[in-house]
Amino acid sequence: MEKETKAFQRVYTKLYQLTKATVSLKATGIGNEELAIVDGRLAQVVKIMDDIVTLQIFGGTEGIATNAEVIFAGKAPSLKVGDDLAGRFFNAYGDPMEGGEIMGEEREIGGPSVNPVRRKQPSEFIPTGIAGIDLNNALVTGQKIPFFADPDQPFNQVMAMVALRAKADKIILAGMGLTRDDYLYFKNVFDNAGALDRIVGFINTTEEPPVERLLVPDMALAAAEYFAVEKHEKVLVLLTDMTLYSDALSIVSNRMDQIPSKDSMPGSLYSDLARLYEKAVQFPDGGSITIIAVTTLSGGDITHAVPDNTGYITEGQLFLRKDSDVGKVIVDPFRSLSRLKQLVIGKKTREDHPQVMNAAVRLYADAANAKTKQENGFDLTDYDERSLEFAKEYSRKLLAIDVNIETDEMLETAYDLFATYFKPEEVGLKQQFIEKYWKNKS
Amino acid sequence: MNTIGNVTGIIANLVIVETEGTTAQNEICFIKHGDTRLMAEVIKVVGNKSYIQVFESTRGLKVGTEVEFMGHMLEATLGPGILSKNFDGLQNDLHKMEGVFLKRGQYTDPIEIDKKYKYKVLAKQGDKVVAGSWLAEVEENWIPHKIMVPFTFKGEYTVKSIKGDGEYAPKETIAVLTDKDGKEHNVTMVQKWPVKVPIRAYIDKPRPFKILETGIRVMDTLNPIAEGGTGFIPGPFGSGKTVLQHNLSKNAEADLVIIAACGERANEVVEIFTEFPELDDPRSGRKLMERTTIIANTSNMPVAAREASVYTAMTIAEYYRAMGLKVLLLADSTSRWAQALREMSNRMEELPGPDGFPMDLSAIIANFYARAGFVYLPDGESGSITFIGTVSPAGGNLKEPVTESTKKVARCFYALSQDRADSKRYPAIDPIDSYSKYLEYPEIAEYLNKTIDENWTTSVFKAKDILLRGKEAYEQINILGDDGVPLEYHIRYWKSELIDFAILQQDAFDKIDASSSLDRQNFMLQKTLEITDMDFEFDSFEDAGPYFKRLINALKQMNYSVYESDEFKQNKKELENVLNEQKERTSASADEHQKTEEVKA
Repeated sequence: MEKETKAFQRVYTKLYQLTKATVSLKATGIGNEELAIVDGRLAQVVKIMDDIVTLQIFGGTEGIATNAEVIFAGKAPSLKVGDDLAGRFFNAYGDPMEGGEIMGEEREIGGPSVNPVRRKQPSEFIPTGIAGIDLNNALVTGQKIPFFADPDQPFNQVMAMVALRAKADKIILAGMGLTRDDYLYFKNVFDNAGALDRIVGFINTTEEPPVERLLVPDMALAAAEYFAVEKHEKVLVLLTDMTLYSDALSIVSNRMDQIPSKDSMPGSLYSDLARLYEKAVQFPDGGSITIIAVTTLSGGDITHAVPDNTGYITEGQLFLRKDSDVGKVIVDPFRSLSRLKQLVIGKKTREDHPQVMNAAVRLYADAANAKTKQENGFDLTDYDERSLEFAKEYSRKLLAIDVNIETDEMLETAYDLFATYFKPEEVGLKQQFIEKYWKNKS
Repeated sequence: MNTIGNVTGIIANLVIVETEGTTAQNEICFIKHGDTRLMAEVIKVVGNKSYIQVFESTRGLKVGTEVEFMGHMLEATLGPGILSKNFDGLQNDLHKMEGVFLKRGQYTDPIEIDKKYKYKVLAKQGDKVVAGSWLAEVEENWIPHKIMVPFTFKGEYTVKSIKGDGEYAPKETIAVLTDKDGKEHNVTMVQKWPVKVPIRAYIDKPRPFKILETGIRVMDTLNPIAEGGTGFIPGPFGSGKTVLQHNLSKNAEADLVIIAACGERANEVVEIFTEFPELDDPRSGRKLMERTTIIANTSNMPVAAREASVYTAMTIAEYYRAMGLKVLLLADSTSRWAQALREMSNRMEELPGPDGFPMDLSAIIANFYARAGFVYLPDGESGSITFIGTVSPAGGNLKEPVTESTKKVARCFYALSQDRADSKRYPAIDPIDSYSKYLEYPEIAEYLNKTIDENWTTSVFKAKDILLRGKEAYEQINILGDDGVPLEYHIRYWKSELIDFAILQQDAFDKIDASSSLDRQNFMLQKTLEITDMDFEFDSFEDAGPYFKRLINALKQMNYSVYESDEFKQNKKELENVLNEQKERTSASADEHQKTEEVKA
């Protein structure tokens, strides 16, 4: 059954096959990845075999009958982009949550990648005030970096804090499987900070079907590309939570009868994630897209397919950890890494930054060894005792996520701690820095 | 007349085409999607249906679309103008692409066929030539780029005519050759070659017999790679694969470096083409970019072109090897290529092998590694491709299929260890697990002992032994506690730490330490072994650590100073001073011992 409605819309009413996530029907002249509406639900073409077209229904197929109306849209999923986006929250389909229309130009999402030779090497420091990040793992515009965190850790709070302090022109929040509470939290925090006009949100909450999530990051990144390419703005994209996004990928691949690879994830997981993360870019004309993501771990296991593939794609990772000695959540200095920090520390920040950073982490490692010794019942030396004391203060004054100070102050604080617990030769800084910065410490 | 077909099925980038004409495995075809032509490759044929993998996004593609089969496989274009370029996996010149974003269906020329090159003739009329024989040379950057008899030519040819010295463009005919039947063939500076077929225009491929200096101590000294050899670097993320590869591409003693950035981060490629044009090649004094060519299929570029990217890189390497050059080929990472194979195998619903990878993964990897090697060329010269691939094992587990398949064929194994990376011991190559099979080659051992030091290989094995014994001692200390083991265990451990810090660890970001000459490596190895041969005496284990740390510091300072400079000598003197403290002590106690003996007597 086929009838013509609008110029490029064709309507069908006979389904050939129904599964939990897909429907198939006889149709001709349909393009790959084209959108359709099946019984009022959004769907996308995922397979065409002769005249049989298979559609993935984002909202699930519950209740769809074999005589459901199928309308093909003649285009791939798209988003209307324009300045009108700012300050608003959208669902996974790019429709404003509070209703209304968006004025703007329609763009296909999941578009092509930037030609590598048109990129610029990232070089702009993003201060966040959190010393565990700025001092030890400085972020750079155009970088992509996830938080690897257990579900009970306050990653969304930290991310909101980072976003607000990052001095970005636009913050684009892509919420995938966000609890409604967390969604409202983000909204409130941004509202209270008076930053709502810089925010664009694309939200799929746990109340909505999981497969819808697959559209969210592409929507967010399409919006990000508009602001970065056309408005030359510094855009920060927050992706939370990429593990839930990957779960949605595995649901779809499972229902498409694909052979799963490690941890029941699709074999294409690496490419699927890389396609999103690689949208992070520094353009020569000043526009940039920086991605901060969240990958939740189960029991801290980073060998699981999602964090593992993510680690190979992103430019470092940030670990949060509860430090029971000081009772605070800290940014773990050992396991966290920002691969791009070398591009800015000591260059965009004070010259002694790399040395101070390394020295402090090294002393913190000495403290960790001393702690092991202590736990195993071996005697501690005077140096061990001092490094343990240092570690507590370092944790409290610098690593804790509630720290909010300028980078220079972080360095000064580090010297204060060095001078309190150590002799210069135990810290191993270059002589010139000791003379310049240590001298005035007690 | 080319075969024409029509699209009948689409699953992501796997497209099924029905045709009445002839198609061939790996044949290239183009899908006429609107105004653009999408390039694809035949990967399976069943009856009148050809399964093709499309090198681009298939968004919007419809059943019924016309497909034209080109009658040839995926080919690389070989000629002057390849050097220093940034290509994509299909050898499109990325700089010639329009716009910020890559547009699908946009294909650009890899070389400039109209650009004039300064040309010098090498062959003369009447010469007997074969595929790969040098006819002439042109200046490409600083390389005398040989114009060769096309590799597709079979048997012997006679030069009928050849252009004299002058300036010519690649598209111009420079020679006419006659085959044994008297048929004439025009030869230009450009030829095409199917990337999946090895170029065999060489006389002989002997076992590698000399080493390729990389300037990286833990490689050259402990596990050297042969010129024309193969090696691979597996490591979990964050263990320093990329820094190591970049360091290799900067410091290895090769004429040319070809980097296949296969499914990795775009910013890493950006780093190369931002920094390499500024950095000096320590050997030639030219800019590093002049000897570097990048084949970039970054992780966000089409997956199907990932496989093509490593083959394109290898073909370009073979082309330059045939000119008598020493080529270093780096592929980062071969795991991404294997994953691309897996995605396609999955879409074709093939029965999967281990971890879902195709069953022939091992064979594909083995065939690829076999294309490296040292060769003797028709003109009596020699050339080589040394190939080093990185592997990104899932979850850092070295028991996965890509690592295991590669281990079977690559002769050097540089295992990056998470523990070493965590304790910032870079390069994080594990000294115990890693190996170089070349050290067991008698011809390599002979070469090393002749060129570096007559006892070189003996010293190397001795150093390895000390490292192993040190590791065992360390484990004992950890179990039994510092004072639960004899002092000798501490000394044994610290001797291995000495080798670790002085030889294994190297600062890739330090101008001087980043690269170490063989001479210097020899000096440091001998010096270190001299120390480990000494007897040490301490009052307690607590004194051993601080003392050895002083030795280590002196050795590190030597590594940081220019070889044989005043600063270097000063640091060496410092080292001797520290050593003398022990020498005096041990000789004093030896005297004491002797005296006691005398008294007893």
